[in-house]
Amino acid sequence: MNAAAGAIGVLDLQGGVQEHLDHLRRIGVAARPVKRAAELDGLAGLIIPGGESTCLSRLLTIFGLDDAIRQGYGNGLKLWGTCAGAILLARENVGEMPFLGLMDIAVNRNAFGSQLDSFNRDALAPAVAREPIPLTFIRAPKIVQAGPGVRILLQLDDYIAAAEDDQILVTVFHPELTPSLAFHRYFARKCGLKVAETDDAALDPDWTPQSWTRFSYHV
Amino acid sequence: MTENRYLLNTQLAQMLKGGVIMDVVNVEQAQIAQEAGAVAVMALERVPADIRKQGGVARMSDPGLIKAIKAAVTIPVMAKARIGHFVEAQILQALKIDYIDESEVLTPADEECHIDKSRFEIPFVCGARNLGEAVRRIAEGAAMIRTKGEAGTGNVVEAVRHMRTMNREIRQLATMPVEEIMNFAKINGIPYELALEVKKLGRLPVVNFAAGGIATPADAALMMQLGCDGVFVGSGIFKSSDPARYARAIVKATAYHDDPAKLLEVSMDLGEPMPGLDVANMPSAERLAGRGW
Repeated sequence: MNAAAGAIGVLDLQGGVQEHLDHLRRIGVAARPVKRAAELDGLAGLIIPGGESTCLSRLLTIFGLDDAIRQGYGNGLKLWGTCAGAILLARENVGEMPFLGLMDIAVNRNAFGSQLDSFNRDALAPAVAREPIPLTFIRAPKIVQAGPGVRILLQLDDYIAAAEDDQILVTVFHPELTPSLAFHRYFARKCGLKVAETDDAALDPDWTPQSWTRFSYHV
Repeated sequence: MTENRYLLNTQLAQMLKGGVIMDVVNVEQAQIAQEAGAVAVMALERVPADIRKQGGVARMSDPGLIKAIKAAVTIPVMAKARIGHFVEAQILQALKIDYIDESEVLTPADEECHIDKSRFEIPFVCGARNLGEAVRRIAEGAAMIRTKGEAGTGNVVEAVRHMRTMNREIRQLATMPVEEIMNFAKINGIPYELALEVKKLGRLPVVNFAAGGIATPADAALMMQLGCDGVFVGSGIFKSSDPARYARAIVKATAYHDDPAKLLEVSMDLGEPMPGLDVANMPSAERLAGRGW
């Protein structure tokens, strides 16, 4: 174990990277962006953020990060895919080729329609928090099937919105775009990191929709 | 638009960060763009270089063309409406595309008013040459900003000028004592509250992309290093000698904009970029960036 053990990485190729870094800092976990295979060394977990799954898959392949993630996974690295990240982790992608294929779920991309169909709602995911938490769906996929080794964390209407197996967490919504830190705490615990043991909705009153900008370029 | 809808619209732009949005004029180009790793496509009838060459009035593209492109890709689809042409915007919203670009590349329909974007459910991106323009567009309801640059020239000089101008003005605001902000807001024609927010954040409160004249992977990385959140490439891809290759190279260069070794690798043996135009000697009537205010 090197100095990075105990840290969670956020795949930094494209998409909602700063948003996840901001949430991880808020729960007191060491977090860092990951752009190169070597930067995976010693991480307890890796978040594959939302963005465009085709773009992310191309960049992962070009720079050899796909194999590095598979290898890390083989060595016990925990993974969390949000939105596009969940698409990349799924074993089956309706109508398209699967990419990393590490989790026994089937996803349907853009299952809700265009941006005009993006939405928010609150829902209770009892394993994650005992109060309902706000959820943000942006051009979200649906998880339409889950294998026997997969635990469903949140079922809504006709689709699965959050699920996990022993090593992977997937959410088709974006906890990093809401004030709730509950899913980030849940993933940190899954990675074996020490975070607050409370199981409330963990709404951070200091979070604003612009909080991500503190990790972006400044003049 | 409800506050919540506006937030969802700014958040879609956040998911495009670090990506490249490509102009495409048909289904085949849209598929090449998606395959290369574009985060979105801008569906239009002519790329800016051709609009510039052919002259005349440039309008919203035929919705049939946009619909065909939308059906051909899974990534977000954007389309352009003329500045102030709120009916073109209504039509694009009815078509259920993902983002509208109220664009100076098309001939303005109104020389006084931009579209009241706050009345729409669909998100808008708007061009800006400086902080004042950017903040006025945000005040009207734009969920994303881009530099205007000088579209269709393959010359990055104006995009650089616009980004440097915005950065300089934000820097001034950031160090300014609060009692000077009202006067800054008055001089720059921006709402006081938004001036305070930009001061506090040290940047625009929404995602800000580069656009207008980006032709090579190095151009894209230059704009990223100047602080843009992502890149629009208009004519630069499909006017180059090898579009699929240029598209892939620009996607890679945007992701690894801060890594010169990777930039070297992706810039090699690409073939001819789009032909460029000198902007310094261009008559002001031919400059697109002066449209809108």
